[in-house]
Amino acid sequence: MPEALVQLDHLSKSFPKSEKAALEELSARIVAGKVTGLVGPDGAGKTTLMRLMAGLMQPSTGSITIKGLDSVRDSVALRELVGYMPQKFGLYEDLTVEENFNLHADLRGVVGRDRDQEFERLLRLTDLTRFTSRMAGKLSGGMKQKLGLACALLGHPQILLLDEPGVGVDPISRRELWKMVRELVSQEIAVIWSTAYLDEAELCDEVLLLSDGKMLFNGEPGELTSRMRGRCFQIREIEGSRRQVLTRVLVCPEVLDAVIQGQSIRVVLRRDSDKPDLTKIDAGAHANWASIEPRFEDAFLDVLGEKPPGKSPLAEQLTNLPRDGATVIEAKNLTKRFGDFVATDNVSFQVIRGEIFGLLGPNGAGKSTTFKMMCGLLQPTSGTALVTGIDLKTSASEARQKLGYMAQKFSLYGNLTVHQNLMFFSGAYGLDGKEQAEEVGNMVRIFHLDPYLKSSADSLPLGFKQRLALACAMMHRPDILFLDEPTSGVDPVTRREFWTHINSVVEKGVTVMVTTHFMDEAEYCDRMALVFRGRIIAAGTPDELKAKARNEAHPEPSMEDAFIELITRDHHEQN
Amino acid sequence: MNKTKRALQGISWRRLRALCYKETLQIFRDPSSNLIAFVLPLIMLFIFGYGINLDSGAIRVGLLIEDKSQEAHRFADSFYGSRYFTVVPAHSRQELEQELTDGKIRGFIVIAQDFSRDLQRPENSAQVQVVTDGSEPELAAFVENYSRGAWQGWLSQRNLALGLAAPGQVDVEPRYWFNSSAESRNYLIPGSITLIMTVVGALLTSLVVAREWERGTMEALLASPVTRTELLLAKLIPYYLLGIFSLLVCVAVAVFVMGVPFRGSIFALLLVSTLFLLTALGLGLLISTAMKNQFNAAQLALNLAFLPSLMFSGFIYEISSMPAPIRAVTYLFPGRYFVTCLQTLFQAGDLWPILLRNCLLLLLSGTILIALTAHFTRKRLD
Repeated sequence: MPEALVQLDHLSKSFPKSEKAALEELSARIVAGKVTGLVGPDGAGKTTLMRLMAGLMQPSTGSITIKGLDSVRDSVALRELVGYMPQKFGLYEDLTVEENFNLHADLRGVVGRDRDQEFERLLRLTDLTRFTSRMAGKLSGGMKQKLGLACALLGHPQILLLDEPGVGVDPISRRELWKMVRELVSQEIAVIWSTAYLDEAELCDEVLLLSDGKMLFNGEPGELTSRMRGRCFQIREIEGSRRQVLTRVLVCPEVLDAVIQGQSIRVVLRRDSDKPDLTKIDAGAHANWASIEPRFEDAFLDVLGEKPPGKSPLAEQLTNLPRDGATVIEAKNLTKRFGDFVATDNVSFQVIRGEIFGLLGPNGAGKSTTFKMMCGLLQPTSGTALVTGIDLKTSASEARQKLGYMAQKFSLYGNLTVHQNLMFFSGAYGLDGKEQAEEVGNMVRIFHLDPYLKSSADSLPLGFKQRLALACAMMHRPDILFLDEPTSGVDPVTRREFWTHINSVVEKGVTVMVTTHFMDEAEYCDRMALVFRGRIIAAGTPDELKAKARNEAHPEPSMEDAFIELITRDHHEQN
Repeated sequence: MNKTKRALQGISWRRLRALCYKETLQIFRDPSSNLIAFVLPLIMLFIFGYGINLDSGAIRVGLLIEDKSQEAHRFADSFYGSRYFTVVPAHSRQELEQELTDGKIRGFIVIAQDFSRDLQRPENSAQVQVVTDGSEPELAAFVENYSRGAWQGWLSQRNLALGLAAPGQVDVEPRYWFNSSAESRNYLIPGSITLIMTVVGALLTSLVVAREWERGTMEALLASPVTRTELLLAKLIPYYLLGIFSLLVCVAVAVFVMGVPFRGSIFALLLVSTLFLLTALGLGLLISTAMKNQFNAAQLALNLAFLPSLMFSGFIYEISSMPAPIRAVTYLFPGRYFVTCLQTLFQAGDLWPILLRNCLLLLLSGTILIALTAHFTRKRLD
C-alpha cells in the first residue's frame, strides 16, 4: 500500500450558525499519483473539505495530516506543498494572463530562470501561449480554468486541490483538463477534484462520496459501480407514451430507479430483485429488456437507498389540454447582440403543444439569452419570438400570463417565508381571494411544504427550494412552462422527483421548454437543439442526435460524446 | 511590540512588491476606482467650491422712503451702495408686504415719514422699520444686522460731518481674521478635501477588498504563502499613494484654479494628510474585515466614514454650536481633527501648537483602527 499523502482522521466541521455539521467523522487517506474525486451534490460538504485541506479552515474535531504536517499548526509550511484552485478559479479578471501568472509566481517564490522554465512548461501544458497578453476576464470558461490550474501549479505543489473545475466549462475543455490532470498525476502529484457531476466520478482513480457531510463510500469508483452489475437494463422498442410507461415502471417495487433515455427507459433494479413483467408495465408488444452497463450514479442511488416517486400529484390538479399539434412556441431568426458580441445568432425552432423541448449547451453558449427572449424578458436585436402566436415584442404581458417561468437559481425572495413567496407569486399572476388561497393550499400539499411554511426561502434545503420555485411557476396553471437550468447542483433523487412532476404535467398537454448543461438530462426531451457559441449546431430527438454522432470510436455514443462530435464537425465546416 | 516586530520580520519584499504592483494595475484599469479616485474628487471640489455658497450674496430687499428729505435719501443710499443687497424701491407698504409674502424679497426697510425730524433730536432716535422673512432665519438675521450696522455707520459719519458728538453707542465693526473677505469657499474647500480623502481612503479600500472576496481571488491569495501583514500593507501602500495624489490634485485646483489662499507649508500638509489617510484606510480595511460583499461595504463606509466626515467634522456645521452630546460624539471621528488642521494650513499657516495637538489625535485614532484591523484579519475563512 503506497504511503498516504493526506490523512483525514475523524474529521468534523460545524459552523456556529448552523445546527447540522458540514462534515461528520471523516476518515480517509489520499495517495500520490492518483486523481481522487470528492463527489456529491451541492451542500454535501465538498468545498468545506477542500478549504480544510488548503488550511483555510480549522477542523472542529479530528485532524488533517499532509505529509506529516498538521493542517492547522503547520499551515505556513503547508502552503508550499498545496496548490489550490478555488471555485471561479480565483483569477484577477482585470489582469492579463501573464500578469496573473507573474503575481502567483512572485507569491510562491518562483523567480529567475526557474520562472521562465515554469512559464514555458505551464503555457505549453495549458496551450495559452497565444493569449499571454489577453485579460483573464476576456478568456472563455475553458481557458480561465486552464489559467487557474496553471497558477495553482506554480512552485511544484505535491497536492493539487481543484474545487469544481468542471463547472462553467464546455465538454471539450473539460476533456482537455482531464488530459492535463492525467499528465500531472503521472508525475506523482496527488490531485483532488471535487465535482457534483456523477459522471466525472467515473473518471477518477479513487472517490470520496459525500452526502450531507457524511462519507458514503471511499474507494475505486469501479468497485462501487460493479456492485450494480446485472441490475441495470433498458426497455427498448416501447410503444405508446414512454412517459406513461415510466410512471408504471417506477411504481413497481422491484425497481430502484428509472429514467427516460431517448425512446428507451433505463431501469435499475433493487438488490436481488427480478425484472418486472413487461405486460404488467404495458409497454407494447415489441418491448424487450436489454442488459446495459451500470453507471456511478446507479451506485450512488443504491447507497442512498431512496427511490424517486413515480406519480406526481401536481398533474392531477390540471385539466387536459387538447392535443391539437399546434405550434405554441416559435423562434424565427432570433438574434441578440450585446455590443459586438453575438449572444444568440439567427436561431429558429418550433415547439408543439405537449412537447418537452430542450436547449442543450455549455455555460455561456447563449441558452439563457435565447430563453429570456422567448419569455419576453429581453428584446431581440432582430427576429421574432412567438408564444401561442403572440409576438412578445408587442404584447409580452399577455403572453406571459400563459407561461410559467422558473429562473436559474430559482429566483425566490430569500427573506420572505415560503408562504409569503407563494402568496406573492400567485398575486403577481393575478390570483386573489378564495382562488388564491385554494391554489396556495394545493401547492403546499402537493410539494409537502407544510413544515417549512414559516421558514425563509433562503433557509430551505436545495431540493425544497426547487419545489417551491416550481410551485410558484405553476399556480396560475400556465399552458407553457419555461425552465432555466432547473436541476443544477441538486442530488439525483431530487432531480428525478422534479422530472416526475414535469413528465406528468406534459402528459396533461403542458408544453415545456428547458435549458440544461446536463447532457443526461437532455434525454428527457422529446426534441432538442444543441447550442454552441450562440448558434444551433444541430437539432432533433435525442436518439437522432446520438445516431448522427455515431462513429467507430463511439458505436454507442452518450449524449456528451454526441455533443463533442457534433461541435467538432461544425467547427470543421465553419473553417 | 514584539508581535509587530515578528510580523515585520516575516515580510517578503518580493511578495509585497508583487501585490502592490497588482493593486496599482487594478486601480488604473478599473473604471470604478478611476471614478472614485480621480473624477469624484474634482466633482466634489467644484460643487463645494462653486455650487454651495454659504455667503448671503446679493439679497433682494424692498425699500420704502416715506420721508422726502435729503437726509432720508442719503441714508437710503447706504443700502443702494451695498454689495450684499439688491434694492427694490417701492411706493407703498401694501406693495412691500405683498412682495414679501410672495417671496420676491427677503425683507424690507421703511424710512418713516418723520425720519429727518426725529433725527434732529439730540438722542438721534429716528425710526427705521425693518421687516424680514423669518422662514429663513439666517438671512433674516443678516438683513437685520446689516440694517443696524448701516444705520450706525451712517449716523456716526453724518454726525462727524456735522461736527456733532458721536452717538452714544459703541461702534461695533466686525473684522474677520484669517478669512478677511469672509468667503465661505475658503473654508469649504479645506473641508471638502477631508471628505475626498475619506472617500478615497475608506470607501475605495473597503470596496476593493470586498471585491476580492466576491470574485474568489481572496481565497486564492489566502491559500498562497502570503502573510497577513503583507496583505494589509499591500492595500495600505497603493491606496495611501493614491490618496496623497488626490490630495495634491485637490490642493492644486483649489489654489491655482479657485484662488483659495494656502498659507501653510507642503511639509505640514503632507504630514497631517498622511496621518488622516492612515485613519481612513484603517477604517476602510476594518470595514472590509466584516463586510464581504461590495454593497454592504459601501453602505457601512458611507455611514461610518462619509456622513460623519460631512456632519461631525465641523466643515459645514459649526461644532461649537452643536448640543453637548453631539459635540462629544464629534471627538470620535478623526475628520474633525483633519478639518481643523486643513483650515489652519489654508487660512492661517503652520500653527504648530494646533497642528501637533490634532496630529497626535489623528495618530492615535489611526493606530487604534489599524491595530483593530490587524486583530480581525484572519488568514482563515471560518
